[in-house]
Amino acid sequence: MQKEIIIAGFGGQGVLFAGQVLAYAAMDLGKEVTWIPSYGPEMRGGTANCTVVIADEEIGSPLVKRPPFAIALNLPSFDKYEPLMQPGGVLVVNQSMVDRGPKRSDIQVILVPANEIAEEIGNKKLTNMVTVGALVAAMPELLTLEAVEEALRGHLPARHQHLLPQNFQALRRGYETAREQMATV
Amino acid sequence: MARQLIKGNEAMAEAAVRAGLEAYFGYPITPQSEILEHLSRRLPELGRAFVQAESEVAAINMVYGAACTGARVMSSSSSPGVSLMMEGISYIAGTEVPCVLINVMRGGPGLGNIAPAQGDYFQAVYGGGHGDYKVIALAPSTVQEAIDLTVLAFDLAEKYRSIVMILADGSLGQMMEPAELPELRPVVRKDWDWAVTGAIGRPRRILSSIYLEPHDEEVTNLRLLQRWFEIEQNEVRYKEYYLEDAEFVVVGFGTAGRVALSAVREARQMGLKVGLLRPVTVSPFPFAVLEQLSRRVQGFLVVEMNTGQMLNDVLLAVKGRAPVEFYGRPGGIVPFADDILTEIQRMVSSPLHVVSDPRKAWLERMLTVVR
Amino acid sequence: MVTVDAEIVKPENQVYCRPRSFTDFSTHYCPGCTHGVAHRLIAEVLDEMGVQEKTIGVAPVGCSVFAYNYFDVDFVEAAHGRAPAMATGIKRVLPDRVVFTYQGDGDLASIGMSEIMHAAGRGENITVIFINNAIYGMTGGQMAPTTLPGQKTTSSPLGRDVELQGYPLRMSEMIAKMDGAGYVVRRSLHDPANIRKAKKAIRTAFETQVRGLGFSMVELLSTCPTNWGISPVEALKWVEQNMVPVFPLGDFKVSSAVGDLRF
Repeated sequence: MQKEIIIAGFGGQGVLFAGQVLAYAAMDLGKEVTWIPSYGPEMRGGTANCTVVIADEEIGSPLVKRPPFAIALNLPSFDKYEPLMQPGGVLVVNQSMVDRGPKRSDIQVILVPANEIAEEIGNKKLTNMVTVGALVAAMPELLTLEAVEEALRGHLPARHQHLLPQNFQALRRGYETAREQMATV
Repeated sequence: MARQLIKGNEAMAEAAVRAGLEAYFGYPITPQSEILEHLSRRLPELGRAFVQAESEVAAINMVYGAACTGARVMSSSSSPGVSLMMEGISYIAGTEVPCVLINVMRGGPGLGNIAPAQGDYFQAVYGGGHGDYKVIALAPSTVQEAIDLTVLAFDLAEKYRSIVMILADGSLGQMMEPAELPELRPVVRKDWDWAVTGAIGRPRRILSSIYLEPHDEEVTNLRLLQRWFEIEQNEVRYKEYYLEDAEFVVVGFGTAGRVALSAVREARQMGLKVGLLRPVTVSPFPFAVLEQLSRRVQGFLVVEMNTGQMLNDVLLAVKGRAPVEFYGRPGGIVPFADDILTEIQRMVSSPLHVVSDPRKAWLERMLTVVR
Repeated sequence: MVTVDAEIVKPENQVYCRPRSFTDFSTHYCPGCTHGVAHRLIAEVLDEMGVQEKTIGVAPVGCSVFAYNYFDVDFVEAAHGRAPAMATGIKRVLPDRVVFTYQGDGDLASIGMSEIMHAAGRGENITVIFINNAIYGMTGGQMAPTTLPGQKTTSSPLGRDVELQGYPLRMSEMIAKMDGAGYVVRRSLHDPANIRKAKKAIRTAFETQVRGLGFSMVELLSTCPTNWGISPVEALKWVEQNMVPVFPLGDFKVSSAVGDLRF
């Protein structure tokens, strides 16, 4: 088993940390994992991104051309990664930052109003965690919500530990939003 | 010790600390500054020496001085900075004192860029500085391997009174992977019979790379070569994947090697009998295993993040016994596994010939894709 | 037949001998060159301070490249200009040792400008003996960064033209501006009185180091009769008449802590 996830957005949207949270969760589950920030050819395009690879065996390439999973936190990322997704792949899109729906019908696009949800929780910086929650809902065979929560608990720096409840709330809201959409598809 | 998610650069820095690094001298340059930053915090808190030098030229000469005392010492840099260090590297080699250097390679020549590349293979493996000398060059492909090889580097440096270079690239430096760090070893200053520490209760010692009499320099050069042959005999390291029944072999080191692993796995799923040889020591180079493979396989594909440097060593090992193909991505491009898979499929399905320079056909193919 | 009066060789009558910090070695320096004098002063100071066994010297590239042959202390040989960096590496690992560099004007003021400035800026606890003879000796008399205006060298055959080749660099004055410098002075070796002053300065510089009071440097105006093309005696006069006006002798930095030193 090996799955790749690309997370992309503007700098400051928490792209790199979102990837690290997934990587920590996978590591704590005993899996092999790589996390690599935008580095190399995929640097171009005006977005910050990172790639997370989760596998049961030694990981080869830390980068992937056509990901099965991705999170697009803004419109440029949506435009860039929608065409690159593997058929059957899942693309979580921050609906708050895009003005269009999906173009492809052979992938599953989950639209999550992540900015609004984060603001409802009371912390705009949690946009990334809302979308991570949504992605986890789409890959139950890879990660569980509990594993991601444990990863946050275990690896969030001490000075941010007081934000754990808000982070968990964000994850769950994203998770639930995705589950609802997936059920109706 | 438990696995932790750690960035390649920080992993190498911390591994060096735990291996007993006593002094670090360096100058900031992307994509390796995390090494310098990590050590700027760690070494002083352990009471060890850290100096941010005014240049790589100064840094390597500080390393030179500290190495003469017999301490475990290192520096790190990236391609343009390593070029600046070449003077000191040659002097250190000529003086036969041990040190560890990390080159987190980036795109070049010149200022190039800060993206991962492998364009410094020739510089590391075939010298770079003036005169007859070789350095041991270790090429990690994962964060765990980077840790293990950093620890090994100090042992090899002392064993052979040699420079050991970790030849990493920006991708490995910036990547996070779960890895296990060794326990913190106490600093143990060995009582080397060559180290310059002050002539307390013993005759004075001189450490120099000067051998004014050509005869003496000749003897020194022959001694260095003798030691190099010993290193070749003892220290060749490589990793094999799916080679038992392989009809075709991909050869790649470092990041190119690990990306090739993904491609080889996909090829295997397609039923193609392809294996991977990943040199871990690129200097000394694993000539013998390649020579053996060349007697039984139908072709090689050399994959590098440059325009064909390790390729020369593969050609030297294969000696025309089998066709050798090349696929490179220079300038800071990390190839995708898909691209390498396409090359594997092409190699397996088309007639191959032994040619003197496989890069010519590769360049023609590249120019249709990259403009 | 030479007879020696047994009275004369009694130890209490001894007025001169080879310092312990010297090896029994004839130097390779030209007749009339003051490197030998500078070497001797350093060796005497190391003897007097009792630090011979603790001392590590760093030799430069230049005429004094073989300085390591003449001192009976541990020595390393640096690349051209890099001695202060190498000394930094040694001193940081062995802070209780006495580390000094011995550098000429090409080594220190030209190719090694960066290393010397930053060593001083960091306040490295090392001692630098800077031999300024206004010319490249080893390579055959080319123009140095300290060559005087109008001075003829093999690479300024018509005399140093300041319009084209710039002005001599006054290193002590520049380095004295550094906060990290504890003791920076210029002395000359052109006559016995000045040689005595030079020795005192060298002693002060090493005392500065062993007491951890920062970077110390003694610049010594020196002769190069061979490349100046004059006799040794004329060379001594040349230092006094031509170099001293351009490179005035004096103390350019004596930190208050160094000023309070008594030894």
